[in-house]
Amino acid sequence: MEHIRTTKILHHHIASVEKLALTTSGCPLVIQCKNFRIVHFIVPRERDCHDIYNSLLQLSKQAKYEDLYAFSYNPKQNDSERLQGWQLIDLAEEYKRMGVPNSNWQLSDANREYKICETYPRELYVPRIASKPIIVGSSKFRSKGRFPVLSYYHQDKEAAICRCSQPLSGFSARCLEDEHLLQAISKANPVNRYMYVMDTRPKLNAMANRAAGKGYENEDNYSNIRFQFVGIENIHVMRSSLQKLLEVNGTKGLSVNDFYSGLESSGWLRHIKAVMDAAIFLAKAIMVENASVLVHCSDGWDRTSQVCSLGSLLLDSYYRTVKGFMVLIEKDWIAFGHKFSERCGHLDGDPKEVSPVFTQFLECVWHLTEQFPQAFEFNEAFLLQIHEHIHSCQFGNFLGNCQKEREELKLKEKTYSLWPFLLDDLKKYLNPIYNSQSQRFTVLEPSTVSFNFKFWRNMYHQFDRTLHPRQSVFNIIMNMNEQNKQLEKDIKELESKIKQCKNKQTDDILTKELLHSIHPESPTLKSSLCFKEQTLLPVNDALRTIEGSNPTDNRYSDYAEEFSKAEPAVVSLEYGVARMTC
Amino acid sequence: MEFSELIRTGRAQAELLRGPEAPPLRGTLCVTSHHLLLSPGTEASPDLWLLLLRSVDSIEKRVAGDSGTITLRCKDLRVLQLDIEGVEATLDIARSIEALSSLESVITSFPFFYRPKGLRLGDAWHFHPPERYYQRVARETNAWRLSEVNEDFSLCPSYPRALIVPHSVDDQALARSAGFRQGGRFPVLSYHHARNGTALLRSSQPLTGPQKRRCAEDEELLRAVLVGARPGARGFIIDTRSAQAAKQARMTGGGTEAKAAYPGWKRLHRPLERGRPLQESFVRLVEACGDLEQSMDRWLSRLEGCRWLAHVKEALSTACLAAQGMEREGACILVHGAEGTDSTLLVTSLAQLILDPLSRTMDGFQELVEREWIQAGHPFQLRCAHSAFSHARPKHEAPTFLLFLDCVWQLGRQFPLSLEFGEGLLLALFEHAYASPFGSFLCNSEKERGLCEVRTRTHSLWSGLNQPKEQRKLRNPLYALNPLAIWPSVEPQSLRLWQGLFLRWTRPPEPSETAWEKVWQIVTDSEKTEGSA
Repeated sequence: MEHIRTTKILHHHIASVEKLALTTSGCPLVIQCKNFRIVHFIVPRERDCHDIYNSLLQLSKQAKYEDLYAFSYNPKQNDSERLQGWQLIDLAEEYKRMGVPNSNWQLSDANREYKICETYPRELYVPRIASKPIIVGSSKFRSKGRFPVLSYYHQDKEAAICRCSQPLSGFSARCLEDEHLLQAISKANPVNRYMYVMDTRPKLNAMANRAAGKGYENEDNYSNIRFQFVGIENIHVMRSSLQKLLEVNGTKGLSVNDFYSGLESSGWLRHIKAVMDAAIFLAKAIMVENASVLVHCSDGWDRTSQVCSLGSLLLDSYYRTVKGFMVLIEKDWIAFGHKFSERCGHLDGDPKEVSPVFTQFLECVWHLTEQFPQAFEFNEAFLLQIHEHIHSCQFGNFLGNCQKEREELKLKEKTYSLWPFLLDDLKKYLNPIYNSQSQRFTVLEPSTVSFNFKFWRNMYHQFDRTLHPRQSVFNIIMNMNEQNKQLEKDIKELESKIKQCKNKQTDDILTKELLHSIHPESPTLKSSLCFKEQTLLPVNDALRTIEGSNPTDNRYSDYAEEFSKAEPAVVSLEYGVARMTC
Repeated sequence: MEFSELIRTGRAQAELLRGPEAPPLRGTLCVTSHHLLLSPGTEASPDLWLLLLRSVDSIEKRVAGDSGTITLRCKDLRVLQLDIEGVEATLDIARSIEALSSLESVITSFPFFYRPKGLRLGDAWHFHPPERYYQRVARETNAWRLSEVNEDFSLCPSYPRALIVPHSVDDQALARSAGFRQGGRFPVLSYHHARNGTALLRSSQPLTGPQKRRCAEDEELLRAVLVGARPGARGFIIDTRSAQAAKQARMTGGGTEAKAAYPGWKRLHRPLERGRPLQESFVRLVEACGDLEQSMDRWLSRLEGCRWLAHVKEALSTACLAAQGMEREGACILVHGAEGTDSTLLVTSLAQLILDPLSRTMDGFQELVEREWIQAGHPFQLRCAHSAFSHARPKHEAPTFLLFLDCVWQLGRQFPLSLEFGEGLLLALFEHAYASPFGSFLCNSEKERGLCEVRTRTHSLWSGLNQPKEQRKLRNPLYALNPLAIWPSVEPQSLRLWQGLFLRWTRPPEPSETAWEKVWQIVTDSEKTEGSA
């Protein structure tokens, strides 16, 4: 049954199911997925369609974590392999790499039992001079107990990126311990005495929070801080922005003008630019002014995660490697309690908690890869694959909303980690023109002029193959690179053989034998080369093939209606209509 | 006229600012007949900075104290700033540049003085003669023949000498048909699709006028095209104007083919923008691209408002329609608008690129540009007199050729392995079309080029481009022959702003250039290792 293409959709990927009005050919069922795939089914009988609809509704919304795919996914590994997988990313190792603990920063055991902050990890790094009472005091003055802790330490500049949540300052409240803690962060930087406090919210939102007893730091109460709003909108604005973007994308027969006015009114790229600008501000504060920076938003797990992780990515080329990027996500997103399960809607919960905050982070990284094509070890496919799996619930990494919850779910015993599986497929995710040597790329200084931001077609139209380029440059270069390596290896081998021959000229028999084998007409050599050519070249040809060389695959095929006979295939192929038999 | 009369001052001390990325250059500024020179003097590098005066699109001068500033906006969209010592010197230099950059005489232009080392005059003029293509079609089909009816340009001043027409139509009939078409541009073959014997033709509008005149020979010509393709073949006439506009053209003597007069032919209307609205679109896009401070919303709304990408989409989808008609419907296609020298050529040349693998090679593409644009009588001198910065009221300017290059770039993006040439060639063609030391894009037609002796007294762009040292810039290292038709996606999500052209001077080019260099390196490495293994 090779000619039947099966389309697989993970239940967890289903964002919405919609049953449309009955047509002559059957009952249309539209499934929208969290990875932006849209599938149209036509079910011949309405009753069947209704049944499928109901089943999908139930299957896509699970009430318990234990019903998620990760708990039944079985890649046939034993316990020790699984554990090894989980140990691939070691955050203690990462802090060591940054150079902490050191004379100014130390590991605090204050949160060892999650007593101070439930949504923080157990291991937290704080200024050495900050005593436990100061930490405890500060945590009581911060929303959800998320007091200022180290996110990234810049060894050369001895400056730090710290993160926290908003202070419970209201209109006038202050907290001496919190003020002390900020001062301690300042003092931990021997070069610069002032530090930046970045509130990533728009000023208006931060001020509104004061009425609820929250708010932002009063510059008069803290010595040596420079306070800065950077104006990234909240999760609700981002959710509806993406919604608008997807509506525009889903429009049939979209004109160029409608696309750009839709892109504009969705505000999506404006938000992306805001996140990027904030990260650049952060990176500049450290690189140019040598100042430490404390970043927060409201709860310190959405915008704060975006800005801290993106800022570190600009500063440290390690995070632009495959392994480093995994570490970055584990540290600033997973460990620091970005609420993946709520933001991705893993369980049937409050739809108002769902928001594409992490998707925006990935998009910002993609924009950087576009501006600096040689600065990243990984490629676009890597970002898309990670995005796929924050929703897939196939691996344990992104389940739950914080470390404490994950431990309670015993994820490390019951589920697998995504990262080793990505590394198994590493070849697919490598950037063939990555240049790790170039000093130019130690710190990235992206331009955020508006026209540098483009619509990320390969994310939001990942599955609309007709919209993609029909040939892939990446694959072909990747393949050539591999061929080069292989052939270079062959050359070296042959050369060393020649050397050997020359060295062992005394040994007559051996020399003869070896010379024989490198002689061009030697049957052994010839066949081995031929073999290589055969294995390499066909791949090359396959890579060069073209997708959609049939005009019906294209959406301008509606022009074909101008010609007298309309081809039925034109209409049905347009959305990749699949038939489902029950 | 002597150039020296126009040069009001010889030299001045100046500093040149070339945008945010390049370092400023100090030295002696000098205006010559055709160039602006800046020699950095003794201490700095011996490199001379040189600008062809012809490439200046607009000039702006400002004086303050005892120095002045001249801002030059170039036709290749570069913006240069010159800080000059001395108010008089500034004004004199500005006036000299103004006068020299707007000279209209063709035979005093730089190509007539340009004598580069290593090139021989008249060398590559016959590099891409359209006759060669026409002869091949005539030889292979029997249905077509070369006609010398326009040998002296009397029938159609904007057509070249060599034309290819249906075999069964004699020169007399051609003359009658020419009389029935605007500017004498009777239907001629543009491309023969060997795979199924269908033909792509182009012409200008028929002069039906308000009385709905007919012309038996013109009708016979189109009938012969269908018969020559295969018995019972159908044809489509793609009119690049709206049905309304085509109808209105009757009032001024033009019009479009009446259905009853051309059995077997069906007319389709695909309105494409041309003339002033297209030029304005270009100007507005370039304006938007020059503003580094604008907000995201403003940028997106300007990108939408200028409609440039909408024009790209329309041009590409009309070309796809023509190509689809030939490849899939087995029909012959005739394309025309009003004059048949602008959007008509856009459609026919793009359709060939989609269908014909040969036209996607380096040679084939140059041949295509020569045959379908230069020889086919696109009035380059009128259309490219000014680029996007000129304050002069546009008369005949329109970036039709640039729109074509943009569409080709879009094809190249979607089929990155199928074009033998890279972005470099497209950028070079854009530059040379607007201002060039070579003669290829001079004048408006073959006839004019003959009168000016362009062929014997200037160098051809093709001989300039095909020098070995240029190849790395122009070629696509990843090219492999793709025998299939390339059908692009024309959805707005698939079309991109051509940053390499429109933002060329405003963004730092290095990251993408070094990446391109790296790709070249991988490819050449791979050739090397394969060779030595």
